[in-house]
Parts: sequence; structure tokens; C-alpha cells
Amino acid sequence: MAANVLVWIVWVVAAFACLASALAVVSFRNPFFSALALIGNLASLAVLYLLLGGEFVAAAQVLVYGGAVMVMFLFVIAYLGDKTEEAPWAGGPSWQAIGTVLAAGAVLVEVIVAIGLTTGGELSREHHIARSFGSPASIGRLFLTDHLLAFEITSIVLLVAAVGGVVLGHHARAIDSLRLPGPGATDART
Amino acid sequence: MTLFAIGSLGVLLRRSPLIILLSVEIMLNGANLALIAFARRLGHEDGQVFALAVMAVAASEVVVGLGLIVAMGRRKLELDVDKFRTLRG
Repeated sequence: MAANVLVWIVWVVAAFACLASALAVVSFRNPFFSALALIGNLASLAVLYLLLGGEFVAAAQVLVYGGAVMVMFLFVIAYLGDKTEEAPWAGGPSWQAIGTVLAAGAVLVEVIVAIGLTTGGELSREHHIARSFGSPASIGRLFLTDHLLAFEITSIVLLVAAVGGVVLGHHARAIDSLRLPGPGATDART
Repeated sequence: MTLFAIGSLGVLLRRSPLIILLSVEIMLNGANLALIAFARRLGHEDGQVFALAVMAVAASEVVVGLGLIVAMGRRKLELDVDKFRTLRG
């Protein structure tokens, strides 16, 4: 019983930390603080994954997102300096902001209704969860048997992304060496 | 799902491309959380496998997006998506 209460408390804390840090990411003025808030968001999501039995996914979340992706984000933000500062809700005229909030709310309601309609009462029935659920061994077995094609396609996607990053960086360097004066001289790029 | 809504709010409302990328990350994470929650509820592990695939796609998206932002920053362009209106080859 005490363990259940503890799990519940951890879940509530992680869920609220998750939502609060997501709001902070969207509303901070400085992109650096937004990135830091996103790290908090990812950490609390990893806690939620652990509670949901996804041990391997939680570890991958911390390694891939909290490690690699966020380091890259912070590196780019530091590289660009504070040129990117802007007023927090400067999305143009106010009717645009109102429409955006309405659209986001409509998407939220639509998703909830769709899930409720398609699943019906099936979700209220607890399915049996094996002890090895979400362990690296069972995830790896699934990846290399049932989802082998998705696994291989993922590797190709990562390869293409790496090539794309190199090509984009190369273009930027070539433009630097041309010493173009600014936005007016874009035609000389090719 | 609320996470997804907040992320889409950020994508639509902010003008800095960096913040937009961060908001896209939030949206992908919201989808990931839903996948893992339903995987747990329905007793399948396939949802977790798909969440890992989503993570790989998110990583590659970040690589390309940050490459574009760095290319913009090196050309001393102002980082404001409303000002990028023309495409030139």
C-alpha cells in the first residue's frame, strides 16, 4: 500500500513538472533558458517512462535527448549568441495569437475525443504485464524479429540526416569564405 | 496530449526558429508518452519500439534543423521565420 502511494506521488510530481517545464519552454524569452527548461521536461518524461514500465526507453531518452540532442541545442544557442532574443509572445497581431490558442485547444479536444471513441471501454481493462516488460532484452528481441524493417530504415534515416548535416555545414563554410556582405547577395551561392 | 498542444502552441506562436525546434521536440515527446502509455495499458511492447523509432527520427530532424539555423546565423540573417518569405535556388 505504501509503495502504491509513493508511486502515485512520484507520478503526480513528474507529470506536473513535465507540463510546467513545457510551458516554460514555450514562454521563456531567452532560448538558452528554454533549452534548460526542455532538459527538465525530458528528465521528468524519463521518470514517467520508468513508471510506465519502459526501462529501456527511459534510458534511451536520457542518453539521446538529455545527452546528445540538448548538448547540440545548447552549443548552437551559444554559437549564435543572444541575437535571437525576442519578446515572449510577439507572434504578430493579437487575433493571430487568439487563433493559435483556439487551434491548439481544438486539436487537444479532438485527440481526446478520438481516442475515447475508438478505444471505448477497452482501456479500463488492465492487461497482464510480464515481469520483463520493457526490458532491453525483450525490446531488442522485438526490434530484431518483428520490426527488423523499421530498424533498418531507422539506420538509413540517421545516415541521411548525418549526410544532410555535413552538406549544410559545408555550404555555410563555403559562403563564409566568399565573404558575402549579407542577405542581398544570395544569388552567388550556387 | 496536453504536451502536444503546448508544443503546437509554441510552433505557431513563436518566431525564433530555435524555439520552434524546441517546441517540435515537445510535440514528439508528447506523442512518445502517449505511445508508451498505451503500450503499457494494452500489454504490447510494440509501442515502445515505435517510440524508439520516433526518437531516432527526432534526432535526425534536430541535426538538419540546427544545420539550417547555423547556416542562417553564419550569413548574418535575422533569425525570424516571418522574414523568410522567398525561396531562391
